[in-house]
Amino acid sequence: MNLFVMLLCLFLILCAISVALTKDILTSIIIYMSFSLIMCVIWILLESPDLAITEAAVGAGITTLLFFATFKKIHLIDEEEERASHED
Amino acid sequence: MKIREDYEQVGWRKLIHWVNADLQEDYISKDHVIHDQLHLKENAAQEKNKRIDELKSSLQALAKTHGKQWYEKSYRIFSIFVAVAMIIVLLGVVSQLPSFGDPSNPANNEVSERYIESGLQETGAVNIVAGMILDYRAFDTLGESHVLFIAAVSVLILLRMDYGSDGKLRKTKGIRDEGYDRMYEPRNDLILQTVTRLLFPMIVLFGIYVILNGHISAGGGFSGGAIVGAALILYNNAFGFNKTKRFFTYNTFKWVSFASLITYALLKTYSFYTGANHLHSGIPLGEPGAILSSGLILPLNICVGCVVACTMYTFFTMFRKGGM
Repeated sequence: MNLFVMLLCLFLILCAISVALTKDILTSIIIYMSFSLIMCVIWILLESPDLAITEAAVGAGITTLLFFATFKKIHLIDEEEERASHED
Repeated sequence: MKIREDYEQVGWRKLIHWVNADLQEDYISKDHVIHDQLHLKENAAQEKNKRIDELKSSLQALAKTHGKQWYEKSYRIFSIFVAVAMIIVLLGVVSQLPSFGDPSNPANNEVSERYIESGLQETGAVNIVAGMILDYRAFDTLGESHVLFIAAVSVLILLRMDYGSDGKLRKTKGIRDEGYDRMYEPRNDLILQTVTRLLFPMIVLFGIYVILNGHISAGGGFSGGAIVGAALILYNNAFGFNKTKRFFTYNTFKWVSFASLITYALLKTYSFYTGANHLHSGIPLGEPGAILSSGLILPLNICVGCVVACTMYTFFTMFRKGGM
């Protein structure tokens, strides 16, 4: 049990560092999402299931979707679309 | 990342260059100017003057490179010094925090004791967290719902597309780009549509279960509403705006949010009107553990869930191109 928590915390730190160091924005969003999922498991182990549900729904679900939608809107993800908009 | 050429002249880019100690371009350009001037003088003036000028310019360049080297070196040292100082301060603060799970922590005072000991009798909610946020601190939760609503309204102000009085999109500049998603959204993604057909009812049911069971088990209005909102977003992604338009439009958002917030406000601001005298509500608390129990918590949970679900979906449709 204790080892499991330590492992999860280690993953958490790894995720946090790699989000900052990843160059590709799509990858860093996915890593951010996995950060939220690990955090969700840690909330359950800390006996706060309320926070775990909210973390899973908001942190891993909605925030990631909003990131995708926003980055698509400002042409940061889709390169083809970016090229098309430059040609216009 | 590629940067457009005209951005290089903007002050922000110059600031970034300065922060990166990347001053090479400036000096190169100045050297060019000096060389050009020298070249002109070479044609006009005598060799003596030219030699003196060359000596002068080489001396200047030498001074500049020395200054630049000194600047870069001191900049690095200074930045390392600042970073180390920040790390020391922050680690010192963290080490002064009360240890995790200590019973003598300042957070463990009579307030939380009261909540844990008599929360069940006073609110009738098995889930202490729901009893706290929707009974003891229901007014705070009302403020939270309004924060969400105001956020959604500001997103609407910024991103909503203009509709004329005839209900059609107004022809403005850049409207073709803005309508992009609505025109070219995927219509026949078989995998996504099949998975959505299977998952959508289950996700919505689970969200409603989390909302209705908020006072009995973990969860509540906010998390359940977020789950329902995520399900709506999934449906929108799979089937497009034409399907979601049938049951969720701008008017749906407007009226559901308005009705939920006004219900919540009417149910919970009575202590405001009675001069902060917390009147006994008179609603029977019921048997703890039953669905119809714990007074006002269930309707309040439903209100919060409606507001959150509508707001999440509206956020997504606004951030996509094409309006609701």
